[in-house]
Amino acid sequence: MKQFLYFGAFALWVALIAATPLLADNYTIRIAISIAMFSAMAVSWNFIGGFTGYPSFSTAAFFGLGCYAGALAQRNGIPLVMAWVFATLFVAVFAAMLGAIILRLKGHYFAIGSIAIVDLTRLITSSWGSLTGGGDGLNVPLLQGSPQEVSALVLYVMLAILIVAFLTSIYVDRSRLGFGLKCISQNEDAADMVGVNTTSFKIVAYTLSAVFCGAVGAVYASWVGYIDPTDSFSILLTLKVPVMVLLGGAGTLLGPVLGAGVFVMLEEVFWANFLEWNRAILGGIIVFLIFFLPNGLLKIQYRTLYGALVQKLRSAPKQAEKSS
Amino acid sequence: MTEILRLENVSKSFGGNRAVNDVSFSLEEGEIIGLIGPNGAGKTTLVNLITGVHPLSAGKVIFAGEDVSRQQAFQAARRGLARTFQIVQPFPKMTVLENVAAGALFGGGTGSVEDALDLAHEELKFVGLDAVADTPASSLALPNRKRLELAKSLAMRPKFLLLDEVNAGLNASEIDGALDLIRKIAARGVTILIIEHLMKVVLSISQRILVLHHGELIAQGDPRTVIEDPQVVEAYLGSKFAARVKAESHHA
Repeated sequence: MKQFLYFGAFALWVALIAATPLLADNYTIRIAISIAMFSAMAVSWNFIGGFTGYPSFSTAAFFGLGCYAGALAQRNGIPLVMAWVFATLFVAVFAAMLGAIILRLKGHYFAIGSIAIVDLTRLITSSWGSLTGGGDGLNVPLLQGSPQEVSALVLYVMLAILIVAFLTSIYVDRSRLGFGLKCISQNEDAADMVGVNTTSFKIVAYTLSAVFCGAVGAVYASWVGYIDPTDSFSILLTLKVPVMVLLGGAGTLLGPVLGAGVFVMLEEVFWANFLEWNRAILGGIIVFLIFFLPNGLLKIQYRTLYGALVQKLRSAPKQAEKSS
Repeated sequence: MTEILRLENVSKSFGGNRAVNDVSFSLEEGEIIGLIGPNGAGKTTLVNLITGVHPLSAGKVIFAGEDVSRQQAFQAARRGLARTFQIVQPFPKMTVLENVAAGALFGGGTGSVEDALDLAHEELKFVGLDAVADTPASSLALPNRKRLELAKSLAMRPKFLLLDEVNAGLNASEIDGALDLIRKIAARGVTILIIEHLMKVVLSISQRILVLHHGELIAQGDPRTVIEDPQVVEAYLGSKFAARVKAESHHA
């Protein structure tokens, strides 16, 4: 029953985003694309950060590599969709190989190692000028069509990636793989002892956390038409995605989608109104999350909260009477 | 009787410290074996070597005719070499049932999550925890946590079970319950190696006893011979205790 509610909510939300090209202006469509894009990456991150409990900060590396792999493939004459598929596979293979090395680290060490990957890939990309254009960036062949058509196309592709990522997370959650990942997140030694092949499970989770980011990156590159190392491998992106998942509820199915939606819209408000302060506000949100919402929006006991609120409202007038 | 586990000249060094030194023995299928020795004798290290937690420095471990010296912990679990920990290791936020199901699903090689949950139900009944199946593992008190460890290991369908101080921290009546359970497990045909400090328990349950001291196997044999062995008395039991146990066992 509860699950039907979840899937219904997700389907409704996707339908609403998908309807924006029919109903709203180009600015709103841009926000819708942002939401779809970040939701897909948040759902990805949930595989490693939520289910497995490994705080990965590699998201921007996967996204950036996706951007460059897609762009370079297209510039070398590979057709659009094939280029996107190539970028996705490239990032998956990269993550699987990297995972075999970096997943030997645990806890904070893993977090630091994974964040170093972002800087490393950024530095390699900007130094390897002959291939990547270095700091000058790369022009990506533009998508054909009017601005409206292009944004609608990008939106639908991003939504498709989100849907595939979401269905994958449902499947993983119910499967042997998901069960093993939850065991690892709670007690890795014990997981090993009951026969979970922890190394290969973690590599699969890490690869799943990369593959959709790679796809999103490739599509993003085609959408914006120009990429450079600082924009593609942005540390801010690598922080934002985990924050979105934590905001919604790490390890839950719907949490990443909820968190990404809420975060992108909040950010939009802050960008528009506090241009200079928006990063400080991002910091504020992170601190607030850690102190007051460690389990995310989905794990709040809304009924208890509502009950407490009602009780407070009822007792307030009585107290006023007593004191008078 | 067929041999199930054989150690050949097994050694383990941590830096310059030789924790286990040239230990060899052979265990028969269906036995209950006690492993005793003073603190720091290398008992837990030996269990870790058998179950692939630590790599061996030298020697061989043969399990069911197969050389498993280089196995990893998860492979040991899938082969039927299960263990419990001195300090219990549950998955705290999962329910008791899910904890046991993890053992069935991975170590026991059950096909699907549903089958694993079914099997977990049976094992919970076996150890007497079915009433708390749906509570989180972290809410259990120590005696039940130890039972949970047992159920989890049993769900792995082990051929060989290593129990690392399952009775530590339990009171007398709880120990009796645990011993009944261990006998019931042995009756299922599982070979059991039990590390234990309480001599009464070891003597009442083991068919054979191994004694470790400073990483070396100083004695092995049936319980009575072992407690009369002068080396064992000096290293572990103390002469007063040995005399008392001897007197008691003669009365009995």
